[in-house]
Amino acid sequence: MTHPTLLITGARLADGRRTDLLLAGGRLADPASAPAGVETLDADGLLALPGLVDLHTHLREPGREDAETVRTGTLAAARGGYTAVLAMANTNPVTDTAEAAEHVAALGRRDGAAQVVPVGAVTKGLAGEQLAELGLMARSSAAVRVFSDDGSCVHDSRLMRRALEYVRAFDGVVAQHAQDPRLAGPDACCHEGEVSGRLGLGGWPAVAESTVVARDVQLARLTRSRLHVCHVSTAETVEVLRWAKAQGIAVTAEVTPHHLLLTTDAVLGYDPVFKVNPPLRPDEHVQALRQGLADGTIDAVGTDHAPHARHDKEHAFADAAFGMLGLETALGVLVETMVEPGLLSWSDLVERMSATPARIAGLAEQGRPLAVGEPANLVLVDPTRRTIVDPADSFSLSRNNPYAGRELPDPVEATFWQGRPTFRR
Amino acid sequence: MKRHLLSAADLSVDEVASILDLAEEMSAVQSRPVKKLPALRGRTVVNLFFEDSTRTRSSFELAGKWLSADVINISAKGSSVSKGESLRDTVLTVAAMGVDALVIRHMASGAPLQASQWVDAHVVNAGDGTHEHPTQALLDAYAMRRHFRAADPGFSWADKTVAVVGDLTHSRVARSNVLLLRTLGARVVLVAPPTLLPSGVDSWPAEVCTDLDPVVESADVLMMLRVQRERMSGGYFPTPREYTVGYGLTRDRLARMKPGAAIAHPGPMNRGLEISADAADSAASLVLDQVASGVAVRMSVLYHLLGGSDEDAAAGPSKGTTA
Repeated sequence: MTHPTLLITGARLADGRRTDLLLAGGRLADPASAPAGVETLDADGLLALPGLVDLHTHLREPGREDAETVRTGTLAAARGGYTAVLAMANTNPVTDTAEAAEHVAALGRRDGAAQVVPVGAVTKGLAGEQLAELGLMARSSAAVRVFSDDGSCVHDSRLMRRALEYVRAFDGVVAQHAQDPRLAGPDACCHEGEVSGRLGLGGWPAVAESTVVARDVQLARLTRSRLHVCHVSTAETVEVLRWAKAQGIAVTAEVTPHHLLLTTDAVLGYDPVFKVNPPLRPDEHVQALRQGLADGTIDAVGTDHAPHARHDKEHAFADAAFGMLGLETALGVLVETMVEPGLLSWSDLVERMSATPARIAGLAEQGRPLAVGEPANLVLVDPTRRTIVDPADSFSLSRNNPYAGRELPDPVEATFWQGRPTFRR
Repeated sequence: MKRHLLSAADLSVDEVASILDLAEEMSAVQSRPVKKLPALRGRTVVNLFFEDSTRTRSSFELAGKWLSADVINISAKGSSVSKGESLRDTVLTVAAMGVDALVIRHMASGAPLQASQWVDAHVVNAGDGTHEHPTQALLDAYAMRRHFRAADPGFSWADKTVAVVGDLTHSRVARSNVLLLRTLGARVVLVAPPTLLPSGVDSWPAEVCTDLDPVVESADVLMMLRVQRERMSGGYFPTPREYTVGYGLTRDRLARMKPGAAIAHPGPMNRGLEISADAADSAASLVLDQVASGVAVRMSVLYHLLGGSDEDAAAGPSKGTTA
């Protein structure tokens, strides 16, 4: 495969330094060594950041290719500035064997506009009863390191303990979808509070998340294993994480863009586009999540990009599928909620959206600084560019975009993965 | 009046009065040998019921027929999800037949509101999940108004206290009644064990009490809600016996009610659980009046939405503003 040579001139790095970047052979080379007549991209006024890494993507392939494919999902990722995505295991078949993981990785190599990293299921069929073949997935050519039953919680305490213990052998991490199914059961579809009571929607109480996290961080301490908490949505969970980190427990956590911006009020019209799990929370939670991400209590952003075919969303609210799109709008939402208000610097943003997620997932070639010799995975950003979000203007096959009609930053100008452009405006 | 009746909160105090007044007239027609009025001749009303309900459905059916509308009933029981058809497809399919009003009952909260965004027809919420049941609240108000007027034709809602007792968390009747009674100006007291109080109930326009006994003596109406069978096993309270002792309208509580106070129940009643036989059959019970007023109130609602101005009729089916 050829790696084009490209000289990007006059870009600013996250720390403000101005630099030229030479992309050659899929890596960054010394700009002084650029051959005469090299293709040049004028990046004056643009920021150059390491390619973003999403810890939490649903690509839907195999199984629901009408909602998304590896191709369309990674094109959406590239448009959002991502060069790697972790593909959640809740496909059909579930990624719970070495063969299934290798299949997803192969689809990524064939069709991916970004690196596709399979996440393995913790339990067989995501059923929460019996460990999946964690070790075989880790030893496979897909080299799975992140395991998650996302969509369901590993609720059984003993099973969770065993999973944490077992993955320590190969430096794996268990990414927990924290939802006590007794406190937030199948009917739970709206944050339990004034709105759920008024609308008559099944309540999803904040404590159904935080009590599971409180248990899990103590299991992580007991087992000396790595725990990752998916899509933190409540102030209570932020408190638990803050405590756990103060104890030195090896826990990391992610927050979704939508939980940083949208609030429970969005469901007042019963529009299933805003039905997501965990649910949108009231503003006090949103503020706590922003604060947690700013001070590092929450380590990373994970989009929970969840494409759904239109007909799976056009049901009554209680019957519609959970989830919303996120890859293409994530950086814009983060600029809006964190960078512009001064909660995160651009360097901090790179930590939360690229370097730290890559470290959590164990990806050596992602989240690296933009320096000579490093992989040429990068995104060019125009921090001033804004747009009115149009769901039709998307690489995703699905249209469940919760920001439709909202004005947001739309900063991605170009994305390069292994030196090749995967998105150019 | 708004184009649809989705929530009791859609109605102003004048609109409620207008609906109840017309229901009085409709009720008078019901005692005639020939009950049919020509008001909605040529109009089509579809009862689209995703959830079984013999009483509400037949009440809407009679209401439409007595106004000379063409009425059809469609039972779409079972979730559309399991049939593979989306709610939107089901609703659009029905609406495409040229329907003037869709009366929708659904086991999921919000379904009639969603439907109203997809079709031109007027939508009436005939009960959605644990959200609302506005025509039930209207007929409750109708029965209560009759009761109060019988004692004092010039009564004021502001002087009346209505206690709504029981499973408030899961009751669409309670939500609609709270909203409608607020519009009318009555004092509302909600009584339930804390496990059956909805989240955020403190922000509702009502007082909240977890003890029935002090309320029994001050209420002008005790509205007893049905305890659903699944709540009994859901851990909301330990046993039916304990529920009755705490929150049932027992013979003892019946004896302590304010003179002239009434008992309401949206039915079907669990005799011996939330309401004793003595209470259900007492002279103070409005239960049969509630049922009897159902058709007249729904006739009035359909007429308010569909009948009316020549302009509306001239605009043809599925178009135009409401009277």
